[in-house]
Amino acid sequence: MKPDVVIARFGELTLKGRNRSRFEKRVLAQLQSLLANVPQLRFVPEFGRIYVELHGASAEPVAAALDKVFGLYSYSPAFVASLELEAIQEKAAAMFAALPQRPRTFKVAVRRANRAFPIDSQRMNELLGGYVLDHTPGLAVDVKSPETVLHVELRETRALLYTDVVEGTGGYPYGVSGKAMLMLSGGIDSPVAGWLAMRRGLEVEAVHFHSFPFTSERAKEKVADLARVLAQYSGGLKLHMVPFTELQTKVHEAYSGNLLVTVLRRAMLRITERLAEREKALAVVTGESLGQVASQTLPGLNASRRAVQLPILQPLIMTDKRDIIRMAQQIGTYPISILPYEDCCTLFVPPSPSTNPNMRVVEAIEHRMPWLPELIEQAAAGTETMTVTAQRQTDELAHLF
Amino acid sequence: MLYLDYAATTPPYPEVVEAVREVMVRFYGNPSSIHRIGMEAERLVIQSRETIAGILRVKPAELIFTSCGTESNNLAVKGAALAARNRGNHMITTPIEHASVSESVRQLESLGFRITVVPVDESGAVRLDKLEEALDAETVLVSVMHVNNEMGRIQPIADVARLLKAYPAALLHVDGVQSVGKLPFSPAELGIDLLSASAHKFRGPKGAGFLYCREGVRLEPLLAGGGQEGGSRSGTENVPLIVGMAKALRMATDRLDDAIERKRLFRAVLAEGIASIPELRLTGPTDGEGMAPHIVHLTFPGMKSEVVVHALERHGYFISTKSACSSGEEKPSGTLLAMGFDKPRAVSGLRISYPEDYTEDDARRFVTALRDVVAELRPMIRKSKQAGGSPR
Repeated sequence: MKPDVVIARFGELTLKGRNRSRFEKRVLAQLQSLLANVPQLRFVPEFGRIYVELHGASAEPVAAALDKVFGLYSYSPAFVASLELEAIQEKAAAMFAALPQRPRTFKVAVRRANRAFPIDSQRMNELLGGYVLDHTPGLAVDVKSPETVLHVELRETRALLYTDVVEGTGGYPYGVSGKAMLMLSGGIDSPVAGWLAMRRGLEVEAVHFHSFPFTSERAKEKVADLARVLAQYSGGLKLHMVPFTELQTKVHEAYSGNLLVTVLRRAMLRITERLAEREKALAVVTGESLGQVASQTLPGLNASRRAVQLPILQPLIMTDKRDIIRMAQQIGTYPISILPYEDCCTLFVPPSPSTNPNMRVVEAIEHRMPWLPELIEQAAAGTETMTVTAQRQTDELAHLF
Repeated sequence: MLYLDYAATTPPYPEVVEAVREVMVRFYGNPSSIHRIGMEAERLVIQSRETIAGILRVKPAELIFTSCGTESNNLAVKGAALAARNRGNHMITTPIEHASVSESVRQLESLGFRITVVPVDESGAVRLDKLEEALDAETVLVSVMHVNNEMGRIQPIADVARLLKAYPAALLHVDGVQSVGKLPFSPAELGIDLLSASAHKFRGPKGAGFLYCREGVRLEPLLAGGGQEGGSRSGTENVPLIVGMAKALRMATDRLDDAIERKRLFRAVLAEGIASIPELRLTGPTDGEGMAPHIVHLTFPGMKSEVVVHALERHGYFISTKSACSSGEEKPSGTLLAMGFDKPRAVSGLRISYPEDYTEDDARRFVTALRDVVAELRPMIRKSKQAGGSPR
């Protein structure tokens, strides 16, 4: 027995004010694009929810798509019955007969949104509960803590019946909060930070620094794969590949003391700020987590953040590593992040990078590199930008598959 | 001539042959090499994995590429049982499994595993009540094939998976060699933990197969070495054949619903024809309920099946006795005996298997040839007291 419709509900907070219709339109567009390959679906927006009418399609791909859309509070695959008591009763009994795991206890929760329906909710609860009991052997009513709740909504033109209420991803629809640049390394933290930023409604563009031949082509592939996972939640993602070899080697020639990482980190932020100006982004998102590595101590964070004017958003700043790993596993970036290819952050690392960089010393070192601003401009200008989509781009090898 | 032994092996799609050739010529790199040429080869393996994962609605990391269905079955059965040894030493299987499963099980038995072989009913379906009785807290693996390679019965895998829910330690392995690319299903949605497949059964190249291994299921590798395939199957990836397998599965599943419908029509003509020849007995119901669409099985009590195969060959039709792997012996089929067939039927099994592009006219011409062959052989039918008296 296949559901007829999936009810997708918006979070209550997102319903306030003028933003509502903007939010709903964004979610609707994203859903339509994610499900473009299922032509029989129809999308019907209503106050606070979207009905995905299945017309014979199965609910699984719709559920998978809803799990990739931010701004949804919950969703339910539901069955449709006409607004007649007998039809609703029969549908309810058939649903219980088809449940993959038969519950021992249940209750009925009727919502009569359609006031013209002749029987009130309380009476409907009894009539439906009794009918299901009579037709389902081994089932009992438990109104306090039932294993299954049969929800019945009596709407304008039809009744909707469902037992599953699946928690949505939450947050705000993608892009409604503006745009930020995400510094995307190949590690575990930055993709999670990006995901959290996206869930808060930020459109992100990823920035990655590569230093071929010191880093491999595979490291670039890996970052593109990470961006591809994030792109599932946005439909597409810009990925800026910054050539960092020249700046990195020049800086290293001039200075290789224990503040090297701080100096390079500041250069990366400055380059990212240039790109942000170009792309009209208003913040930089990083995967920094307080104390995790030398450059993420409080003095380290202080030294790097002073390099730029834009706000730096650090979604993971107070999050423990194991919680970050758990999130990375849920999002699906973890198995990619743990692949061994190094990124440029791990290059030329001094034996003991400073955990307490002194701002004055850092500035003095940079002062002795008068060519640095020029290299920063060059790196920004030489950046290659690609658009990453959830599906690997069909390329010249597509014919092999 | 009409090749009617698609369950033994299939001719690869011409597009698959072309793709394999192109990859052999252009992308000879070792996927583990760190330079560009290695990376290009690795890209093809990744793309193949994503293609197959997309079709099966599973995660790419859940697929292990192997050399064939036999290897997939060996890795699933022995790999899972050995990795689960500290959790229990009991495993369950059926009497109708492919030799690569039943022989692997026998090896495990000699290593001290306790084995229960759950019977099948007369239709060839595993007895769920007996399976439920056999399950206990020590059970670490249940191996049940999806579509029987000999007579085409579809096993109630979803029901088996449901029974296993109460035994979280028990993994479900399904030999899907005759179902992947033939039936629409997702192992994840059916509740399967391990699923074996073989490329040459769905018009891919010989020498390639895969094992779906649900995330979190541990396997003891059978091939130790360089740690390819997530450490579960070492050995340099066979890039051209892996690409060919992905393409073949994509092509086989692109119009699967239509293919099944066409095979069902072909099957219906055969079933009706066989029913109209009194010497022959169709295995399973005439309407094909519960049977795979691409296999028809029948018996010719009193006639050695080999003789029928050779007689049909003279008319230009190529069919099979039992499964190709065990042909040539005059032993009764273990599968048919397990279904309660008597000896005269169990030694006279014949299998016809076909693709979707054969027409109903092809089927009718074959039935005519079959009728002629039966007429030729009629004087030589060995009379037996039991002949024809087997249970339905």
